[in-house]
Amino acid sequence: MDELPIVTGDDIVRVRQRVRSAAASGALSLVDQTKLVTAASELARNVLIHGGGGSATIEPVLSPAGRKGVRITFRDDGPGIPDVQLALTDGWTTGDGLGLGLSGARRLVDEFDLSSSPGKGTVVVVAKWSR
Amino acid sequence: MERVPILKIGQTLFVSIQIDLQDESVLQLQDDLAGELAATGATGVIIDITAVEIVDSFIGRMLATIGSISRLFGAETVLVGMRPAVAITLVELGLSLDGVRTALNAEKGLKLLGGNP
Repeated sequence: MDELPIVTGDDIVRVRQRVRSAAASGALSLVDQTKLVTAASELARNVLIHGGGGSATIEPVLSPAGRKGVRITFRDDGPGIPDVQLALTDGWTTGDGLGLGLSGARRLVDEFDLSSSPGKGTVVVVAKWSR
Repeated sequence: MERVPILKIGQTLFVSIQIDLQDESVLQLQDDLAGELAATGATGVIIDITAVEIVDSFIGRMLATIGSISRLFGAETVLVGMRPAVAITLVELGLSLDGVRTALNAEKGLKLLGGNP
């Protein structure tokens, strides 16, 4: 298990690199590695920009069916998301992007779980399995 | 923050991204490129992303913005060398990179710009 702080733009790059090596060790195909790293990049940026900083925890996991995979947990203590359903809609944006960050990240992974409430920060857990 | 170099060859500006792109580096590239276009009057921009392992929504949006900015300076932008895994991921992410022309490699990109660098 590997916990990385997300406090600067440099940290987003570091999260991408660590997720890349975890995904390669987890026997994910090159396309699946790229999808997971891209999703991690989106979510790490959310932690930094909307959550005011936080962390990413990267861990190798084994599915019940015995497949290798990688799970990443993104945490921040930011303002939280008032309407999670709305935030997961394509094109919904806080105003400075395309509104593809959360919804796009969800499409790129096999498991996606978001819990957030106003004032209590946000936790996003994603996982991708080898095929 | 690392900077992406811009080379001028004839009427074309060449940008080959060889670093792990930080958001600040992409924004800096946008500024640098606008400055180069204004200073040189180049008519084409080739952005080579052969070495780029991921393009997320921020980087994608910035590449599209660079295309729009270049057009305001009378220059056409061609994005070349996208990796297959990056292309698949971009489509799934929902990014279409409207407004940026693409080519398989730098040679084909140059042809698209009119043949002569």
